[in-house]
Amino acid sequence: MSRDAGRLSLILLFTPFALWIALLIILPQLGIGYVSIREKVGINQYEYGFKNYVDFITEPVYRNTLLRTAWMSILVTALALIIGFPIAWYIAKIARERSRAALFLMCLIPLWVSDLVRAYGWIVLLRETGVISMTLVKWGIISQPIEMLYNDMTVIIGLVYTVILFMIVPLVSTLQGMDDALLEAGYNLGGSRVTVFRRIIVPYAMPGIVAGCIITFMLTAGSYLTPILLGGKNSSWFTEQIYNQFITRYNWESGSAFGVSLLVFTSFVVWAGLRLTGQSLATTVAKE
Amino acid sequence: MKPTIRALLAGTAMVLAGGTASAETLRLLTWGGYAPEDVIAAFEEEYPDIDVEVTLSNNEEMVAKLRATGGTGFDLAQPSHDRVYAAQVEYNIYKPLDLSKIDTDKMTPNLLDGVKANTTIEGEVYSVPHQWGTSGIMANMKEAPDATGWADLCDEKYAGRTSMRLRRTILLGTAFGMGMDPFALYSDPEGYQDMLDQVTEKLIACKSVIKTYWSGGDDLSALMLSGEVVLSETWDSTAFKLYGENPDIVFVPPETGALAWIDTFTIPRGGEADDAAYKWINFVLRPEITQMMSASTGAIAAVPDGIDLLPEDKKAAVSAAFDQSDIDNLKFFANIPPGIEDMEGLALERIKAAN
Repeated sequence: MSRDAGRLSLILLFTPFALWIALLIILPQLGIGYVSIREKVGINQYEYGFKNYVDFITEPVYRNTLLRTAWMSILVTALALIIGFPIAWYIAKIARERSRAALFLMCLIPLWVSDLVRAYGWIVLLRETGVISMTLVKWGIISQPIEMLYNDMTVIIGLVYTVILFMIVPLVSTLQGMDDALLEAGYNLGGSRVTVFRRIIVPYAMPGIVAGCIITFMLTAGSYLTPILLGGKNSSWFTEQIYNQFITRYNWESGSAFGVSLLVFTSFVVWAGLRLTGQSLATTVAKE
Repeated sequence: MKPTIRALLAGTAMVLAGGTASAETLRLLTWGGYAPEDVIAAFEEEYPDIDVEVTLSNNEEMVAKLRATGGTGFDLAQPSHDRVYAAQVEYNIYKPLDLSKIDTDKMTPNLLDGVKANTTIEGEVYSVPHQWGTSGIMANMKEAPDATGWADLCDEKYAGRTSMRLRRTILLGTAFGMGMDPFALYSDPEGYQDMLDQVTEKLIACKSVIKTYWSGGDDLSALMLSGEVVLSETWDSTAFKLYGENPDIVFVPPETGALAWIDTFTIPRGGEADDAAYKWINFVLRPEITQMMSASTGAIAAVPDGIDLLPEDKKAAVSAAFDQSDIDNLKFFANIPPGIEDMEGLALERIKAAN
C-alpha cells in the first residue's frame, strides 16, 4: 500500500517534468531537425537531404559568424568569471551575515528589469550624445564627443552585465559551503596565498565555476537583443542570422539547419571546455 | 443549498455564453501607428459588439506569423502591396476579398487599380489599398544641404554621419542610384544576382562612411534628432514626424525617384471576423477617421484628397519634400517574385558580415 502510494507520488512529481522536457524541448528539437533536412526545390516542393548543412558550411559568412559568436561568448564567460569570482567570494566569505542578503539582492536587482530596458540604458549612457560622452566634454577631459556605442566592446560589456549574475549565484552557493578551517589548514601548512587559492579554493569552487561557465556561455551564445541593439555595423551575431533566415528570407529549412548547428556547436564547445580543463560533469555539477 | 449553487452555476454559464455570442473580436495584424487609440475608441463606439485587438508587426513578421499558423490567429492584416502575391502563392495564407463589401469608390482609383493588379491571383483580388508613402533619404539641411540621391549616403564628406536600414529597400535604392533598374530585373534571376553583387560591393565599401544601421523608427529618430546622423535612408513618414520637431530635417525624394509602397488590407485565410474586418476597412477610410489615422502614421491615405487630409504640420512637411515632378517620378515597388528575397537576404548578410 505504502509502496504504491510512493510510486504514485513519484509519478505525479515526475509527470510535469517529463511533459516539459518532452513537449517543450525534445519535440520542438525533433521538429527543427526534421525541417532542417528538407530541401526546397520549388514552390511547395521539397526533397530530403543535407543541402542546408552543406550551404551552411560552404558559405564563409555563416561559418565565420558562428565562430565569431562562439569566440565572443567564451570571452564574455571568461570576463564574467574573472569579475564575478571576487564578488562571489566577498558575498560568501567576507561579508557579514546581515549584509550578505542585501548584497545578494543588489546583484539580483538588474534582473528585475527586462533585457530591452537594460540595453537601452547602455545606449543612453554610451551614445555619442549620451551621458558619459557629454559629461567628459563638459569637464573638458575630451574636446569632441566620442562614440562608444556600436562596436564589439560595447556588446561584450552589455553581455557581461546581463549574464554575470548567473555566474555569481552558483559560485556563492558553492563557496558558502566551504569550511574556513580548510583555508587555515592551508596557511598553517605553509601555503602562500596563491597556493591556497590554486590548490584549495579553486578545486573546491569547481562545481560552481563549471555550472556558472556553462550557463553564461549558453545564455550568451543564444542571446539576441543585446548584440543587436548595442552592436554596430560590423557586429554580426549568429542568432541574428537565424532570425534573418526565418523572417527576412522565409527560409525555414535553412534557419532550422542553423539552429541545429548552433546547438551542436555550443554543446561541442562545452564538451571541449570540460575536456581541456580536465573536468567532467559527474565530478563537478553533479557531485554528491 | 445545493439548488442554489446549481442555479448560480447555470446563471454564470449563461452570462459567459451570452458574453461570447454578442461580442465579436477583430484581431488586427498591422504596423505601429496604424491602429491609434482614438480610432479604435471611435470604432468601438459605433460598433459596440466588436472588440479590436491589435498586434504590431512588419512585413516580414506578418508573413512569418501567418505562415506559422496557416493563416489563422488574425482577422485582418496590412502587408505592403508587393508582399502579398509571393506569400499567397507559396504559403496560401490569405483569402480573396469580397469587393462588394468594401467602399472601393472612396479609394484613389490608380492606387486601387495598382494594388488590384499586384494582388490578383487566378481572377481573385486579395488586397485593397489603405495608406501609401515612400522611402527615400532624409537630410539635416544645416549639415547636408546638397544631398540629392541614394549615392550621397556613401559620400566620404559625410563620413561617420550617415545611416541606413540594412533591408531590401537600401539594396533597391542603391541599385537605382547606380543607374540600374532592379524591378526590370525581377524576372531575370541571373541578371538580378549580378546586380546584387554590384550593390553588395558598393555597400561594403560604404560601411566606412556610415555610422550604424538603424533598425526601427525610434532608433532613427534618436540618431537624427541628436544630430549624430545628418543623412539617412528613411521612410517619409518618419521624416515628416521629425520635421515637426526640427524643421531642418526634411525628406528628400532621391533624384532617381522615391520608392513608393502601399500598405494594404488583406484578410488572412483563417480570419474569423470577415464582416468586422470589412467594417473596419470602410470605417478607417472615412475622411474624419483618415485624418486621425494620418496624424498617427504620417502616411497618406489612399483616398483622392489624401494629402489634404494630413494634419497641418505633416502637410507642410510633404510640401517641403515633394513637388509634382517628384510625385510623377515615384517608383512603386513591383511584385516580388518567389525566391528573390532569399537572394537579397544573402546579399544583406554578406554586407553585414564584411569588415
